[in-house]
Amino acid sequence: MIKGKFIDNLPKVYGIYTGGFIVFILLMAIAEQMGMSAKMIGICFVAFTVSIYAIIGYLSRTLQVDAYYVAGREVPTVFNGMATAADWMSGASFVAMAGGIYFKGYGYMALLVGWTGGYVLVASLLAPYLRKFGCYTVPDFVGTRYGGNLARLSAVIVLTVASFTYVTAQINATGTIASVALDIPFQYAVYVGLISILLCSLLGGMRAVTWTQVAQYIVLIIAYLLPVFWISNKMGAGFFPHVMLADEVARIGELESQFGFVKNSAADLATVPKGLAGITKAHSAVNATPWAFISLAVCMMAGTASLPHVMMRYFTTPSVKAARRSVGWSLFFIFLLYSSAPMLATLSKLSLMDPTLPTGIIGKSIADVQAIDWYQNWNQANLMFVNDFNGNGTLELNEFFMGGKAVVLATPEIAGLPYVISGLVAAGGMAAAMSTADGLILAIANALSHDLYYKIIDPKAETAKRLIVARVLLVIIGFAGATIAALEIQGILGSVIWAFDFAMSGLFFPLVLGVWWKRANSQGAVAGMLLGLISGTAYLVWVRTGGAGFLGITQLTFGIVGASVSLVSMVVVSLITKEPDAATQKMVDDTRIPSGKAILGKQH
Amino acid sequence: MSNKDRYWAKTRNLLFVTLAIWFVFSIGIFLFGAQMEASSIRPLGYPLSYYMTCQGSLGIFVILIFWFAGRQEKIDEEFGYSEREDD
Repeated sequence: MIKGKFIDNLPKVYGIYTGGFIVFILLMAIAEQMGMSAKMIGICFVAFTVSIYAIIGYLSRTLQVDAYYVAGREVPTVFNGMATAADWMSGASFVAMAGGIYFKGYGYMALLVGWTGGYVLVASLLAPYLRKFGCYTVPDFVGTRYGGNLARLSAVIVLTVASFTYVTAQINATGTIASVALDIPFQYAVYVGLISILLCSLLGGMRAVTWTQVAQYIVLIIAYLLPVFWISNKMGAGFFPHVMLADEVARIGELESQFGFVKNSAADLATVPKGLAGITKAHSAVNATPWAFISLAVCMMAGTASLPHVMMRYFTTPSVKAARRSVGWSLFFIFLLYSSAPMLATLSKLSLMDPTLPTGIIGKSIADVQAIDWYQNWNQANLMFVNDFNGNGTLELNEFFMGGKAVVLATPEIAGLPYVISGLVAAGGMAAAMSTADGLILAIANALSHDLYYKIIDPKAETAKRLIVARVLLVIIGFAGATIAALEIQGILGSVIWAFDFAMSGLFFPLVLGVWWKRANSQGAVAGMLLGLISGTAYLVWVRTGGAGFLGITQLTFGIVGASVSLVSMVVVSLITKEPDAATQKMVDDTRIPSGKAILGKQH
Repeated sequence: MSNKDRYWAKTRNLLFVTLAIWFVFSIGIFLFGAQMEASSIRPLGYPLSYYMTCQGSLGIFVILIFWFAGRQEKIDEEFGYSEREDD
């Protein structure tokens, strides 16, 4: 009932949806004035938005293979851009990135450059060609281009390692938000998050995920921008923060030199709850060596171009031309949020630091700070902490600690905005984490169901059976991810950065050379994928267990090791083994031109 | 050279130009972080290093991709490899 007409009516449908969401926000604001409790508002925001996504998921249910895997390849350019932006911007971008910038300043802004610059690689090196290829999944490309089950299987392994690392972080993020907003313990909240995620993807696969992701983008971008503009205006910093915060950035620099960065002793730091940090680095000054900055940016860029959940979004466009333009739109929609993150970090930091502002807490007495409502709430959630280390009774800059997640989630409250904004931010964070988790779980389940089950184990399986297997895998992977997320091994931002390094180690060169180097063959690709993944992982383990590392490559940039090994081994092994046969070379030639038939048929 | 080879040569040149611009704004300028910070060029009043990381490079990437897509479409047309609209 939704097909055909639905595609033509997209602007109208999502226009009404956006209007409806704004009306909902206003209703909540009125309800707050009439005395609705903060807890209730949080619950309403999360429940309302999640049920909308579930309805979209249900309406997009499908029994067709190409609708399930690639949304029927009919997603228009701009809407695919929005869906990709939601797919891309995860809990890490929404909840954790502004926090990273808040604590580490310039050094972590490498993430902004890396997570956007990667799209230039996607647009120019890969997306249009993989779209022409007509594959359903990334291993589908690797398996067909290089030939052989071993290549396909290696790609499935790399994809699963990278995406699974990533997805645990996203389920962790949905769990964190659900536990704060619904006020339930994290261990249960993780599963609430998981069920919300599965509701969106289970029945309709890629088609359902596409249309929920567009809806989620709209929620998350409103939820991110509204507080930034509001706080900026309230503080008198300027009505358009992105172009008007220069004085505030300079003011933070002044305050930093006034307060100074006092180093806490190890004994003092031991009293701080795990995961919380204080401000120890300058806000805008260049505080990282060029190599530290560039190596992190390079890893994020190459990782962007190798992560399967992003790449498969460009399989859903109607044409090669649309795939290219769609990358541009994706980055535009991402830019809207990314260019706001440093502004949010600036406003948040200034709100807390500046003693001349009513919200400033540094320099106030410890007892006063401990009496503030929001401090008590966030302290209870284990995301904020003060301790009078020097015993002078006033709060110093080095005596205030906050969790990375709290920068985005708590800033509206700190800046004195009504609670309805905090509810909105929670809904936005939930949307960001859910949309990415959906994309990732689907990428893994599709690779396992299409490439491992259908292409390798049982090529005669019927459509109905294939789609059942795909869905069963979706549920299994989701639960496995949630179980690991509940263990909380690594923070959100850390796990996400690892995922990029894994993807880059194993997939970047095999994908790029598959299009751009005809001589690349199956043996080379297998060597590149497996040796890249193994060497990268080995380096990570070595550094994590106290190894010194080399060339300043840290556990956040181990992809440089993996990808270098991958490139060298792929080129060497390709050259010492036989050239690909004529049919494969012809296939590469056909991949390179936009017109003509796709390499893989509509149904395969 | 066949039509296909000339098409690919041109596509590859476009790739090199695109990647060169990408390299300058994602890696090149950040070799000079300290110099950018000290620079008297201050877009919108921000230090240049800060501006480039939070808006400058990001905006340039957006424009670069659209520019690249447009150029590539022209090349496709020139060699007759554009897709049919209903494809």
